[in-house]
Amino acid sequence: MQQDRGALKSRGMASLWEYANPKRFMQVSAVLLPWMAGLSALCLVVGLVWGFFFTPDDFRQGSTVKIIYLHVPSALMAINAWLMMLVTSLIWLIRRHHVSALAARAAAPVGLVMTVIALATGAIWGQPMWGTWWAWDPRLTSFLILGLFYLGYIALWEAVENADTAADLTSVLCLVGSVFAVLSRYAVLFWNQGLHQGASLSLDKEENVADVFYHPLLVSIAGFVLLFVALVLLRTRTEIRQRRLQALLNRERMA
Amino acid sequence: MMPDLGKYAAEVAAAYIVSIVLIAGLVWASLRRGAKVRAELRRVEARRGRSDG
Repeated sequence: MQQDRGALKSRGMASLWEYANPKRFMQVSAVLLPWMAGLSALCLVVGLVWGFFFTPDDFRQGSTVKIIYLHVPSALMAINAWLMMLVTSLIWLIRRHHVSALAARAAAPVGLVMTVIALATGAIWGQPMWGTWWAWDPRLTSFLILGLFYLGYIALWEAVENADTAADLTSVLCLVGSVFAVLSRYAVLFWNQGLHQGASLSLDKEENVADVFYHPLLVSIAGFVLLFVALVLLRTRTEIRQRRLQALLNRERMA
Repeated sequence: MMPDLGKYAAEVAAAYIVSIVLIAGLVWASLRRGAKVRAELRRVEARRGRSDG
């Protein structure tokens, strides 16, 4: 019985690792990609149109509250994209699955754009509400450093010629940068001199924004998450093809 | 149809325009590079297919 369970578990794990096979990944992602892209477009359009056109102004913040539908989902994805890169980098370091390293590489520009959107919308929102575009607040500062880590990560992939060495070095950089991804989320809890408030969304209902803003926000967040998944699938497929192309060209050169 | 954004109209509009432009640019760049690499790979595979056969 014990043995059966062990065999079942290892079979389950084996099927999970199947997706690390580039061929299998290409097959599965080809099916998933159009669904993810379509659902993401649908959620983004519904969430943003609902938020922009059909929500009331906030009694204190006026119409600037509408920026929440862009700012919160993009900041959330900027942090979670880095955490996804952390997981895939660890898989590369431990199990040497190439697809995993390529998925991390594919996610970085998406995370960087999310960081830029969060910083830009935050500055635009902060100016009328706080009277300043920027403050060296713990949450904002760690978020800015996360953005710089994204740039460094992307530059390191481009700078190192050997693909496996690049994957190793960027994975280590990703581990280090994770400190700032975590700080962006939690700095507010232990450095209380910041301007930026704590979590806008939490499982503790009392802390959440009012329902009238909350529901379109959830749809918008779903749109950003699905957009991230769709873009990472698309970009990982491109990275796999690029790797194969490079291998073929090298083989031709050797022949 | 356009909601009345009051005195913060410029800020709200700017946030939406910046974000939509950045997302559209990212999607466009990802699709463009994807198409380019796929075409290049097809070309090289076809060339190799010919030379092998």
